[in-house]
Amino acid sequence: MHKSSRLALYHFWVAFGLFVPAVLLGAWQMWMRSPSPAPLHDRPDIYYASVTLHGTIMAYVLTTFFAMGFGYAVAATSLGRPIRGTKAAWIGFWICLVGTLMAAVTVLSGNASVLYTFYPPLLASPWYYVGAFLLIGGSMIWVVLMSINMNGWKRDNPGQPVPLAMFATTATAYLWAWAAIGVLLELSCILIPRAFGWTNLIDAALGRTLFSITLHAIVYFWLMPAYIAFYTLVPQAAGGRLYSDTMGRLTFIMFLVFSLPVGMHHLLADPEHGSGFKFVQSFLTSLVVLPTLVTVFSISASLEIAGRHRGGRGRLGWIRKLPWDQPMVLAVGLSLVMLGLGGFGGIINMSYAMNSMIHNTSWVTAHFHLIFGGAVVIMYFAIAYEMWPRITGKALRSPRLARWQLWLWFLGMMIVTIPWHITGLMGQPRRIATFDYDISTVAPMGPWVIASVIGGFVLLLSALLLLVILFRSQLGKRVLAAPMQYALAVNPPKHVPVSLNGFAVWNSIVLALMIAAYGYPIGQFFFLKAHKVPAIEVTSQSVPAQELK
Amino acid sequence: MADASSNPLQQPLPDGTIPERVVVQTERRWIAIMAGMLIVMMAVIVVTGVTHALHPPSNVEVIDPQTLHLNGEFVESNLGTTLEPDGSITVRIIALQFDFVPHCVRVPANTPIRFRLTSADVIHGFLLPNTNVNTMVVPGFVSEVRTRFSQPGEHEMPCHEFCGLGHHGMVTHVSVVAKDSFPTQGLFDRTTCAQE
Repeated sequence: MHKSSRLALYHFWVAFGLFVPAVLLGAWQMWMRSPSPAPLHDRPDIYYASVTLHGTIMAYVLTTFFAMGFGYAVAATSLGRPIRGTKAAWIGFWICLVGTLMAAVTVLSGNASVLYTFYPPLLASPWYYVGAFLLIGGSMIWVVLMSINMNGWKRDNPGQPVPLAMFATTATAYLWAWAAIGVLLELSCILIPRAFGWTNLIDAALGRTLFSITLHAIVYFWLMPAYIAFYTLVPQAAGGRLYSDTMGRLTFIMFLVFSLPVGMHHLLADPEHGSGFKFVQSFLTSLVVLPTLVTVFSISASLEIAGRHRGGRGRLGWIRKLPWDQPMVLAVGLSLVMLGLGGFGGIINMSYAMNSMIHNTSWVTAHFHLIFGGAVVIMYFAIAYEMWPRITGKALRSPRLARWQLWLWFLGMMIVTIPWHITGLMGQPRRIATFDYDISTVAPMGPWVIASVIGGFVLLLSALLLLVILFRSQLGKRVLAAPMQYALAVNPPKHVPVSLNGFAVWNSIVLALMIAAYGYPIGQFFFLKAHKVPAIEVTSQSVPAQELK
Repeated sequence: MADASSNPLQQPLPDGTIPERVVVQTERRWIAIMAGMLIVMMAVIVVTGVTHALHPPSNVEVIDPQTLHLNGEFVESNLGTTLEPDGSITVRIIALQFDFVPHCVRVPANTPIRFRLTSADVIHGFLLPNTNVNTMVVPGFVSEVRTRFSQPGEHEMPCHEFCGLGHHGMVTHVSVVAKDSFPTQGLFDRTTCAQE
């Protein structure tokens, strides 16, 4: 096995290996909060530990490990030369894995039920924070390696356009580095010192604000591998060409620039920020719609080229002619449907005013499960099916089962999120272990919550199928796998402007935007009079008996 | 493999099947459409904010959560519903693990209402379904939201931010009664429905 293949494979296995138990937790959580009695229904404390672990794995572990593995594979295959720094990459892998296990064990021991978003002044065991810090901090080694590999290739190939797949992967790495600043500062300056008892009062509002820097851009970090597949793998799998290389580059640049100075739309209902910056960041958030709209257009156009090449006629006749039996093509179809629905919900969330109707309700949960759990994760599956033969040297066994797996994931996600949107409009809060369905305003949610539980178990079935397919393929006979091929543009770029072939200018723009958007909102906490608060440990606190219904 | 090359589906597409000029032109048109969509979106956000009086709490007022019970507007005797001299209503509530104090507040319909909330410990959330009232309650700060209930009714909803292991047992209760059945009260009286 090639060195970079082994690297990618290990990362993918950590990602998917922990993903499946996290789906199981998710399904149980939905059952738990429904009117039907679930196993352990008298243990709300386990529910909150479970939500913490589900979030930690899905948001930090699955995504970071997947992005890193995918990045190494792309660097090796798109640049057509062995990646530099494999030793550092392995060190990064082990740091991230140790961090993951440290965080997971602390949550499982019941000492860190603070959710992956931390919520100071709630306080967990320090080892949860240290674990998260190692996982996120360790992935910065990957960021540096992506940058070194892209820039090294550019030095050796002066004037040549960096292949779009690598350009986009490097954009992902820079985006992650920017995004991680918020959470790393919150962990290292606020939470870890307090959890070890080195400080007394903590600045919870500053912590929230720092986390908001991470909280929106991280979503685009999760999204990027899916978009890289849209641009560089989908047109190839469909048998066509990418409509425009330039639009691809612009899309990834726009994600880097627009997804960062916008995190305060997560704090629209918070009292510690004034309306001016809330409105400014809400406005900037709407710009992030642009790269997605560009992508939907470019990918549809690329698929149309493929469909027409395969003999499709008429305005929509080409859609039928696409090779829907290819997991990658099927996945992109399902993904775009979920992206459309989830994106619509997201526009409500980020609206300065309309957010009030659904802030912190299950509408929001429905939104990011559709976008991330649906549109993005289904592309992770398709990427795995595409990459597996290349990195293991074994053919993908049972493509039919793979198609079933993708369809089940789509259906499960729809059955889960449609009811959540509806109960969100009814005002149903998120992250509640058990509801009192006797309350008149809560009672009408009951049937919808039951419906969503069914979706949860469809998702679990799909996740188990994924494991079966990947295991069976890896145990298969070694075959000669075709090398990884990335989609060519209809008009392949011969020369691209310096600004579309690197990130120096874009990173400077991000810096300026971040100072403009966050300078005052963060700076105010250093001038605002006493607003620091005591931390409240979630670990040692006993729950009054009457709360345990 | 011999017939693979004779099958047109197996042949890769040649370069330039669509001229660069056409690609650029189509993309320009699409960008113009996108800009139009963005403008409409922003207009909707501004118009809904103004016409539906949906203003997120943004008052940035600090308060010390450790001395709430000792002095200032959140002492126990000042919690609940206050009738202001101008006929409007102010409601003061403290959120804490795991209840709202007072547990139930009563307010009249068709009256301008100002909710002022703060937390004695961790972050909580206050939401009244089917209204514009939805705010985080962050310790160290006072959240102020304004609303007007068009009809009487009971608003009950659990605290909407995770606040600890008893989070699910913490429920908001606002009882809206018809304006004429709301008891008249003096400037220094405070009413609740917590004991009922």
